[in-house]
Amino acid sequence: MSLSPQDVERIAKLARIRVDGDEVMAYQSQLNNIFGLIEAMQAVDTAGIAPMSHAQDLFQRLRPDVVTEPNRRDAFQALAPQTENGLYLVPKVIE
Amino acid sequence: MNKTIKQLSTLLAEGETSSVELCQDYLTRIQAQNATLNAFISVDADKTLAEARAADALRASSQGSLLTGVPIAHKDIFCTEGWLTTCGSKMLSNFVSPYDAHVIEQFKAAGMPCLGKTNMDEFAMGSSNETSFYGPVRNPWDTERVPGGSSGGSAACVAARMAPAATGTDTGGSIRQPAALCGITGLKPTYGVVSRYGMIAFASSLDQAGPMAQTAEDCGLLLNVMAGFDARDSTSLERPKEDYTRSLNQPLSGMRIGLPREFFGPGLVGDTANAVEAAIAQLRKLGAETVEVDLPNSSLSVAAYYVLAPAEASSNLSRFDGVRYGYRTPEYGDLTDMYEKTRAEGFGSEVKRRIMIGAYVLSHGYYDAYYIQAQKLRRLIANDFAAAFQQCDVILSPTAPSTAFKLGEKTADPVEMYLSDIYTIAVNLAGLPGMSLPCGFDAQGLPIGLQLIGNYFDEARMLGVAHQYQLATDWHMVSPALVGC
Repeated sequence: MSLSPQDVERIAKLARIRVDGDEVMAYQSQLNNIFGLIEAMQAVDTAGIAPMSHAQDLFQRLRPDVVTEPNRRDAFQALAPQTENGLYLVPKVIE
Repeated sequence: MNKTIKQLSTLLAEGETSSVELCQDYLTRIQAQNATLNAFISVDADKTLAEARAADALRASSQGSLLTGVPIAHKDIFCTEGWLTTCGSKMLSNFVSPYDAHVIEQFKAAGMPCLGKTNMDEFAMGSSNETSFYGPVRNPWDTERVPGGSSGGSAACVAARMAPAATGTDTGGSIRQPAALCGITGLKPTYGVVSRYGMIAFASSLDQAGPMAQTAEDCGLLLNVMAGFDARDSTSLERPKEDYTRSLNQPLSGMRIGLPREFFGPGLVGDTANAVEAAIAQLRKLGAETVEVDLPNSSLSVAAYYVLAPAEASSNLSRFDGVRYGYRTPEYGDLTDMYEKTRAEGFGSEVKRRIMIGAYVLSHGYYDAYYIQAQKLRRLIANDFAAAFQQCDVILSPTAPSTAFKLGEKTADPVEMYLSDIYTIAVNLAGLPGMSLPCGFDAQGLPIGLQLIGNYFDEARMLGVAHQYQLATDWHMVSPALVGC
């Protein structure tokens, strides 16, 4: 499995990471190198094996739908780059 | 200053020293050595001494517990209220945490002052502590060499006795491998034993926090503080409370130690091979029996890991977008521009590589071929261990393929770096407990680590084997000559 420059650009878009010009080539070569390692997996026949997502057979615990956390919005928003009236400010999204 | 946690606890209980005195001594050593070793990102003597005074007051009013007043350093991956918590990244270089991780809460409840936040590979991605935004950590045994990673700062600070112990995290070997390269003892518990709440996430199905200290006994005492159910971590396990030091003094006669054929093949050579063979001989002398076991799918663990961990990382690191906290790019047009530049500038190259791999293997058309295939391999690897544990009580192997390599030696080729974790990764995939302890030195005086792997929830037995070995040997008591002191 070999990545093309278009693949790299597509992945960068998915990952929301800016990748410019020369960087595309560098990523292409580094990622292809890593995929060389990963390809070894394809040799194994895993027919009939159940995928394992984590060690224990865990299930999502549920709890009553009541408020348990204190309101610490001010403390949390003090860390944000830009806020106004309790909202986080970002560039306009809707055209 | 070679005192273990156990010894410090006794000195405090007997009034031979105070927490303030201990913290001042360690802070002096940090001051003297950190410019060279770069093991700490954040140190704050005022905060540390305030906690020390509170601990001394607790002891004075007979409200202290076993470890009250014993100081500890924390890997900068644990959110620590009021402290800069950077995860080794530019992305969080301005993040002063508004809350404590569960692990930090546990240590505060135990009355253990925080000596500082230790350096680490960025977002825990690395095996040499060379990817940190804050610069590499140097191995106290040879400052031209790496301490291992990602918990390199924690390993170096304990090895140099800048702290008697430190917390670490382990996703593919990040406690065990640096412990081996720095000549200390480090343990990764069974997945689910220590809460991940407040521990900045890398790969959620693999990450586990654990203790790094001078001895197995100390690791047991610290695990007693760290372990326990936490409702805020959906993968935290509800189990009866246990004392991880309960089996330390159990003699080893009849203990069956499994030696995986695949880990003792032609790749294991030189001083590492000799030291591990000598350790096996020592354990036999103590009464243990050895048995060959098979882990046939273990050779594919690195491949499977480099699909699963990046996939989970790409999801976990999507929260870093410059909106609510952390770094935001200074100039941007629209929202997409802001996201893309923030993440391109805020993350280092290894982190970006792994996010990209993750995004790819999870994308449409590739999910089954890569991600699902890797999860199936994970099942096979876990099954291999289950079969091996039918024939033995504990598994033994080297921790790392080589001793500490030179700074810059493996940074050109990520895959070469990834292979440093060849003995440790399968343990995370299976979710088993594992630890590393010192078992010798190579011809250049660099430490060699021995890995023990236990069955699920068998930390106490694994620590017992390590402790008996440490009673009969003294590799763990050696510390490099102090640097800059």
